[in-house]
Amino acid sequence: MTDTARTQTDLERQIAQASQDVKQAPSPIDQNTTQTAVKDIVEAYPAKVGKKRAKHIVVRDPNQPEQTIDANVRTTPGIITQRGCAFAGCKGVVVGPIGDVVHIVHGPVGCSYYSWLIRRNQFRARANGRNFVNYCFTTDLTEHDIVFGGMTKLRQAIQEAYDIFQPPAITVHSTCPVGLIGDDIQGVSREMSEKLGISIVAFNCEGYKGVSQSAGHHIANNGFFKNWVGTNEAAEEVEGYTVNLMGEYNIGGDTWEIERVLEKCGIEVISKFSGDGSYDEATESHLAKLNLVMCHRSINYMADMMETKFGIPWIKVNFIGVNAFAKSLRKIAEVFDDPKLTERIETVIAEEMAETEAQLATYRERLTGKTVFLFVGGSRAHHYQELFADLGMKTVVAGYEFAHRDDYEGREALPNIKIDADSRNIEEIHVKQDPERYKPPFSEEALAKMEENKTLKDYKGMMPDMGEGTLLVDNISHHELDVLIERFKPDLIGSGIKDKYVIEKLGIPCKQLHNYDYGGPFAGFRGAVNFAKDVDLRVNTPVWKYVKAPWLN
Amino acid sequence: MLDATPTTLVERKALRVNPAKTCQPIGAMYSALGIHGCLPHSHGSQGCCSYHRSHLTRHFREPIMAATSSFTEGTAVFGGGANLRQALKTIYQLYDPPVVAITTTCLSETIGDDIPTIIREATESGVIPDGKTVIHANTPSYVGCHITGWSNMTASMVKYLSERSGESRNQVNLIPGYVEPSDTRELKQMLATWGIDAVTFPDTSDVVDTPQTGHFQMYPQGGTTVEALKTTGDSLATIALGPEASTQAAIALEAKCQVPHHILDLPIGVAATDRLVQTLMEVTGTQPTDEIVNARGRLVDVMTDMQSYLYEKRVAIAGDPDQVVPLVEMLVTCGAKPVYVITGAESKYFRDRTQAILGETVPEAVIRDNEDLFYLHQLMKQEPVDLLISNVYGKYIARAEDVPFVRYGWPILDRVGHSYFPTLGYGGSLHLLCTIINTLLDRKDRDDADETFELVL
Repeated sequence: MTDTARTQTDLERQIAQASQDVKQAPSPIDQNTTQTAVKDIVEAYPAKVGKKRAKHIVVRDPNQPEQTIDANVRTTPGIITQRGCAFAGCKGVVVGPIGDVVHIVHGPVGCSYYSWLIRRNQFRARANGRNFVNYCFTTDLTEHDIVFGGMTKLRQAIQEAYDIFQPPAITVHSTCPVGLIGDDIQGVSREMSEKLGISIVAFNCEGYKGVSQSAGHHIANNGFFKNWVGTNEAAEEVEGYTVNLMGEYNIGGDTWEIERVLEKCGIEVISKFSGDGSYDEATESHLAKLNLVMCHRSINYMADMMETKFGIPWIKVNFIGVNAFAKSLRKIAEVFDDPKLTERIETVIAEEMAETEAQLATYRERLTGKTVFLFVGGSRAHHYQELFADLGMKTVVAGYEFAHRDDYEGREALPNIKIDADSRNIEEIHVKQDPERYKPPFSEEALAKMEENKTLKDYKGMMPDMGEGTLLVDNISHHELDVLIERFKPDLIGSGIKDKYVIEKLGIPCKQLHNYDYGGPFAGFRGAVNFAKDVDLRVNTPVWKYVKAPWLN
Repeated sequence: MLDATPTTLVERKALRVNPAKTCQPIGAMYSALGIHGCLPHSHGSQGCCSYHRSHLTRHFREPIMAATSSFTEGTAVFGGGANLRQALKTIYQLYDPPVVAITTTCLSETIGDDIPTIIREATESGVIPDGKTVIHANTPSYVGCHITGWSNMTASMVKYLSERSGESRNQVNLIPGYVEPSDTRELKQMLATWGIDAVTFPDTSDVVDTPQTGHFQMYPQGGTTVEALKTTGDSLATIALGPEASTQAAIALEAKCQVPHHILDLPIGVAATDRLVQTLMEVTGTQPTDEIVNARGRLVDVMTDMQSYLYEKRVAIAGDPDQVVPLVEMLVTCGAKPVYVITGAESKYFRDRTQAILGETVPEAVIRDNEDLFYLHQLMKQEPVDLLISNVYGKYIARAEDVPFVRYGWPILDRVGHSYFPTLGYGGSLHLLCTIINTLLDRKDRDDADETFELVL
């Protein structure tokens, strides 16, 4: 290594340590305030509800290695919740971003309308020029269809979509009333697929399924896996270090920033599920040698199924945060275990970190010591703690909107998760090894070693990364948010659109972390700089000083 | 941008592409916010409530609070009664709203939940505490659209709350329609200037445009109070603006309390506002103030000063019937030619009135209700226009066809001002007209060559 490289590595080590220290630090909120807040939150509820909610609120104690938290259970009706539904998770989050496919929503107009572009599914047309992300397609069911059934209309709608748009594939998503009236969307899609000779995939993602968006993610994965993954049998093997990017939705161009760095390292992305994803690439995804799982919650099912069927191992990665990205790149290097790749990755990390650090330093000075709440998604409340820590900001309360216990406690919790009636409603696919195409890309010894080191198929969840006395709140309600803001007075809250203006009316800046407040990318090295600017402009803007009229001071 | 849209019109019977409408419950939720101290409650799956709150929040950039019955699969099978009872218990213990307005969804309507019975039982069993008001509207998403939902909830206010005491009051009822808080404020201001007492409902001003004070108010100071709503049965008359959004409530009030009603276009443009003023003169027997007359004069002054920039301009318009009809009239008044006029709603009012306005002046105009933006885009590809006016979704078409674009209607998710600056009445129309003219002038400045670039326009 050259001298320059060594200096950069020292710098990198310092940055990593500083970030780690912030993450692991105990909560700056005193224990008494925390305990009282939790008590008051719970006591405000009707007794039974309070008892239930108490199990969703945990004060982090690293001395208790196996702390548990309730998650993925029903929301009490009447609680003002952040959660959405299975349709939102399936069409809105996971399937919708595949940009060259026509996604038809079979139901009354609303669900289709509300899932039209609001997740900022950025997509670049491939060589075939097809790009439907700005379009919204629905069968717009009316009373007559609900009474007499909507299957004829769906059949006709698929035909019309095919005639006008000539897409390589079509997806069909059912909404609540369609499930009730029993339209056989699977049958219609199968029939039309045979007639038109293109892939038509139906998703029974009615909004009432499961308890949150999470049910829809699972349904989406099942549909992808059964219909697209590995269906291009003619596709030829790809040499080199190949991966699929999973659980990354290209909000604000995140996917593109991640791909830029991966490509620089010499790693080729075969397919993406599903930010900037395309149909043809999805059908070739079985050719990748490694699956990179970003959002554990939305796609761990598929990574598991691909491993069973094709022997493709998966690793959990986090590309949010400078240190997190470096760590994830090194994990990839460890899997491929090729000195050439490792060296290249190290060079890229050193280059990128030096460039990033030069720009981050000023922001870190202005942001260090500030506190953050994070209530978002089923991975972002964990991922973004890394990036905040890079900026010297401590996350004191965090929770997911629709996660399961493994997202908090790690995959070790999986065998202990009880299957209830709500999760039983979602189809479990039983996957078998493909006799011909099961080809693990690494030797048995290498795989065994990686299993032993917990490199593969492991996720420790959010809990171990949170310091003593911090608070975990699963599926937070408006009431809980209100109490915690009043008592803890954080400097910034990362949340979604439904909370944003509630929080800001209280004089606290809110950074939307579902849609990024229309900014980004925030992933990767350059994304971290964008994020630092964005956080700085929210936290340190002079406008907050004018909230109170001067004559009231 | 929208490269897949073919120029050739293709007949579609089943596929709706880029809709120009959305579903009932969101309109009902917005209407419910116009009652003081109201927590809207969505009776269905969580996603509906989530989507409606998100969409309204994006439009107003304000907290939109609403609860949900959080249906799961079991609820869909066994009915939503238990969920609604539990919801009401939780709501009263935690959020204690003076009023709860329940909206149904396609799910709860399809399983046939009987909301009035559930409300009655909840009242009898004490789940709804004494002194609290709970109203509901049936808003199946597979009937009508967001305007129907608004109309249904507004009519429910009358059905549940209006009373006739036997003693009449010297006040009018003003139903402003599915409009911005700024518009309702403008109309209230006009009546106040005139000295006319009025109950304006629903009134979303000071609810979805609340001041930033560092305090969050779950129930902001705005909204029509239940007490005021009760008195609507004793008023001199009801003036219902925007036939699609307001007729139902006006008729319900006449049927229930015999208050005579006048249904008018939304006061967009000089002619429609004149009709409102004349109706108010008739109902109250009084004359408008100088302030009102002068506001009219200023609007007409700008129209005469600047008409050359609008004359013969080809305009495409998409939006809700109540907004589009008077907007078309205003543009025609200024000499413009609305050539493509569409709405997503099914509306005889829209068809008949637009035809009446354009029949002689722009006989070639394409007028279609129950239509989508994909169709409008195809028309524009066939023969271009000089200006597109629509809600935010039109921005894709405007970019694809490189056409000047004015955002008008609901929703607008990418600009500010629509909830703060009115477009109704003489003053509001002036604001809207200036926006339209200035958009055309910006475009002229962009397109003119250096040698013909003008300093004064």
